Amino acid sequence: MNHWFILICSISYLLLLFGIATWVEKATHRGFKLIHNPYVYALSMAVYCTAWTFYGSVGRATITGVEFIYIYLGPSIGAPLVFLMLRKIIRISKTHNITSIADFISTRYGKNISLGAIVTVLCVTGVIPYIAIQLKAISESLKIITSLNGNSYAGVGTLNNTITLLLVIGITLFIILFGTRKVDATEKHEGMMVAIAFESIVKLAAFLIAGAAIVYWLFNGWSDLFVKASALPNYPIIASLQGEHVYFHLFLLMILSMFAVLFLPRQFQVAVVENVNEDHLKKAVWLFPMYLLLINIFVLPVSIAGGIHFGGKGVNADTYILALPMLMKSNWLTLLVYIGGFSAASSMIIIETIALTTMVSNNIVAPVFFSLIKIQDTIDKGIRNWLKTTRRIGIVAIMILAYLFERYVAEKFSLVSIGLVSFVAVAQFAPAIIGGVYWKRATKQGALASIIIGFAIWFYTLVVPSIVEAGYLPHSMVELGPWGISLFNPTALMGLGGFDLITHGFMWSMLLNTVAFFGISLATERTPQEIYQAELFVGVFKQSNPAENGNWVLNRTATMLDLKNLMLNLLGKERTYQIIASYEKRHKIELAKLTQAPPHLISIIEKVLSGNIGSATARLMINNIVPQKEVGLQEVLNIIKESQAVKASNIELKKESTALNKLTEELRVVNHQLKHMDEMKDEFLYTVTHEIRTPLTSIRALSEILQDNPDLEEAEKNTYLEAVVKETERLSHLITQVLNLERYESGRQKLNMVSFDIQETISEVLNTVDSLRKEKGLKCHLALTSMPNIYGDKDLIHQVIYNLVTNAIKFAKSEITIWGELENKNMIIKVIDDGEGVPVESHELIFDKFFQAQNQTLKKPEGTGLGLAISKRIIEMHHGSIWVESEPGNGACFIIKLPLQ
Amino acid sequence: MSEIPKILVVDDDPFILMSLEFLMKKSGYQVVIARNGTEALNALSVDPPHLVLLDIMMPDVDGYAICEHIKSTPLLAATKVIFLSAKTKQMDIQKGYDLGADLFITKPFSTRNLKQQVADLLNKK
Repeated sequence: MNHWFILICSISYLLLLFGIATWVEKATHRGFKLIHNPYVYALSMAVYCTAWTFYGSVGRATITGVEFIYIYLGPSIGAPLVFLMLRKIIRISKTHNITSIADFISTRYGKNISLGAIVTVLCVTGVIPYIAIQLKAISESLKIITSLNGNSYAGVGTLNNTITLLLVIGITLFIILFGTRKVDATEKHEGMMVAIAFESIVKLAAFLIAGAAIVYWLFNGWSDLFVKASALPNYPIIASLQGEHVYFHLFLLMILSMFAVLFLPRQFQVAVVENVNEDHLKKAVWLFPMYLLLINIFVLPVSIAGGIHFGGKGVNADTYILALPMLMKSNWLTLLVYIGGFSAASSMIIIETIALTTMVSNNIVAPVFFSLIKIQDTIDKGIRNWLKTTRRIGIVAIMILAYLFERYVAEKFSLVSIGLVSFVAVAQFAPAIIGGVYWKRATKQGALASIIIGFAIWFYTLVVPSIVEAGYLPHSMVELGPWGISLFNPTALMGLGGFDLITHGFMWSMLLNTVAFFGISLATERTPQEIYQAELFVGVFKQSNPAENGNWVLNRTATMLDLKNLMLNLLGKERTYQIIASYEKRHKIELAKLTQAPPHLISIIEKVLSGNIGSATARLMINNIVPQKEVGLQEVLNIIKESQAVKASNIELKKESTALNKLTEELRVVNHQLKHMDEMKDEFLYTVTHEIRTPLTSIRALSEILQDNPDLEEAEKNTYLEAVVKETERLSHLITQVLNLERYESGRQKLNMVSFDIQETISEVLNTVDSLRKEKGLKCHLALTSMPNIYGDKDLIHQVIYNLVTNAIKFAKSEITIWGELENKNMIIKVIDDGEGVPVESHELIFDKFFQAQNQTLKKPEGTGLGLAISKRIIEMHHGSIWVESEPGNGACFIIKLPLQ
Repeated sequence: MSEIPKILVVDDDPFILMSLEFLMKKSGYQVVIARNGTEALNALSVDPPHLVLLDIMMPDVDGYAICEHIKSTPLLAATKVIFLSAKTKQMDIQKGYDLGADLFITKPFSTRNLKQQVADLLNKK
């Protein structure tokens, strides 16, 4: 393919990244926060898969078979463990505004400057070659894609170098633009992170599409591929695990890759520093392993396909994934793979460079700079500009170093396992970090010794053999050992041979590193400062945020004037007044009136500064204005004790508050119920008095007439007096009913349960009302079949039947019917009249005790009063039911259904 | 007043109706009685009374509807309305006045006051 076409495509892809990052940052300003999406977080973790994965996995598979999968299996199988640890590291880092892995280690061991600096140096040394191989991958892929087209001409090499350089410059610009926009390194790089997540999708899609095309297009699917593969000379190697100590080697590879996922600077950057929400881990814990699985699915098939087509033709197996689409004469597929590889490389370069730059500026440059100069007379505009410039210079420097390494050093060294060599380098932090997070007794000396010893052995067993290979050291060194001492042979320490370099180097460095860490930690004492930090780190889930909540604050003093000057100088006017205003608002004090700054405020400023210049440098700056006084052991112990007491009382308070909340809620419910009952009571009372008013009106009016008209005729007088008596009876009947109903409803009425003959009860009722019925000239039909005894309160059931029968007599025109029958262990009694009937809308209402509710202006049928409400209550007390069936004009039928038992 | 005032008494309770009829006759008015809303509407259409003593809660047509009818019928423009009701809530009383009633008396009432109030209303013209 044409150089210029490739260049244009690459630049367009870079421009696309710029576009995405710019768009995201603008959208973030408007409040649309893509970075709060857990998928973006999980995808950004896939920066783990670099060009080394994209191209190199196929190469490794060709040489060592399925071994390549183990560095992805490690983080997948270990995901629960890795993510558990990540959660704690994230929480600690957020609490202390930690910006990098160097910062993390330095903060843990008493904010020690030298420890942070050493970790930084080791990271840079261990990781720059790793960046360099990404650049190499870009230039190599360019070489393949442009040279195999048959049109190569003189000057191709120079042209490729120029394009590579242009792309490096493009990537550098991207990092500067989107990686240093904010000075506070703990602030998130939204645009960059979304761009990285996008790159993760691109490289995965490219590899999957290419892999699928090769398997299904170049071959006829999986079975065809494997049938042809079995004829390959290296098939037994590809299909199985080879070598001595292979299981030990694979086990170590898995452990190594778990450490890499935690401690590689770029992984720490995306997983810890850029994390916005701890809950995102829950998604990443399964999404990240799934990503690793997907991107490896086609590795073995591509390796086999390459073997079949290029075996023995001098094509580098690392480039099979690119060479095969070219063989297929598919330009678009070739371009896709190239872009996929470019995205894998560029994403790694971007994040790794940012992470390294932060470390260098916060852990090396800042401490040196701030201890050399006098703050007061240097930086008026705060450290923002200074920091930005430093970081930008750092980025350019790292890119230049990586580029030079790739151009002039890399070709002399074997780069095959440079990724794994970097893995082993950062694995040296494992004891100091894991131990520091879970073991309070770990000391600064222990950490320092562990890292230095580990790194020395790493260098000796993994870097020295490369130097030997490059010809800078005598070859005898790796054959016989230095000066012929075979015990110190860098490839077989203590005479332990037979391992591959990585296994050998990792095993020895980790062993001695760990022993040094624990041994020296136990042999040394912690300073009060270390005890303090250890408590904060190990017990991070047990404390509340120290700087924000006021406990856990060191008792330091400084004058308000000094502190304010320090803030103005380092943070600039705007940020300073913002912090002061929010502190004053929160604590309701006026700082201008104080001469001594509150220790709590000093801690807050230190935390803010930590995010800008690293915790160790921040401590250095604070100590400049705090009168030198060693923090005493007793003081630290007091703080710890106090905080534990506070924590305990917090838990107690929380419990009480929860209980109180529950109680409040219960009260609210009860209150609501009471209110409802109160309303019902009011309503009932109103309807009762309303009902009483009618007979009272008659009684009063008639009595007054009798009193005012002594000349009334005797007959008239008698009519009125009779009416008064009748209305008085009505009144007392009403009162009795109200009281009865009240008794039934409150549950105070006890049922007097006996077995009795219901037919007898019905006959008794009919006898009682016989004269009333005859007076109205009504016929009475009785139809009772198979009525056994029922079990119930005889008097109350009598009352119900009486109510129904008297109602029926009141409304009937010519006859009433009483009908009884047994139906499925239920007694059914119907009382039927041939009166006007009950309108449908009143079928329920007539059983309601609120018989004339407030908004009602139409009266219920005469005489129903409370009788039906009482009847209903009685039947319900017997677990039965009562209802009416009626069509207007055709009479009414009241039905009781009573269970026999 | 040349003519003897005619009074329509509407109530579904027989005893109240009985006493009101007696009281009004005794005071010298012409009295027509209605035992429910329908009868009341009939009586109103036959011969417009000077005054109506009106119950509210009745099984068919309620007193409010009758009052509304009176107030919206031009022929009955001169007819006064006195509500006599067991409804005692301020809301219900207000509704009565809103519909144009001249007086709202709650039950039980004093017959002596009622006689006076009826006479006053009829003299007001």
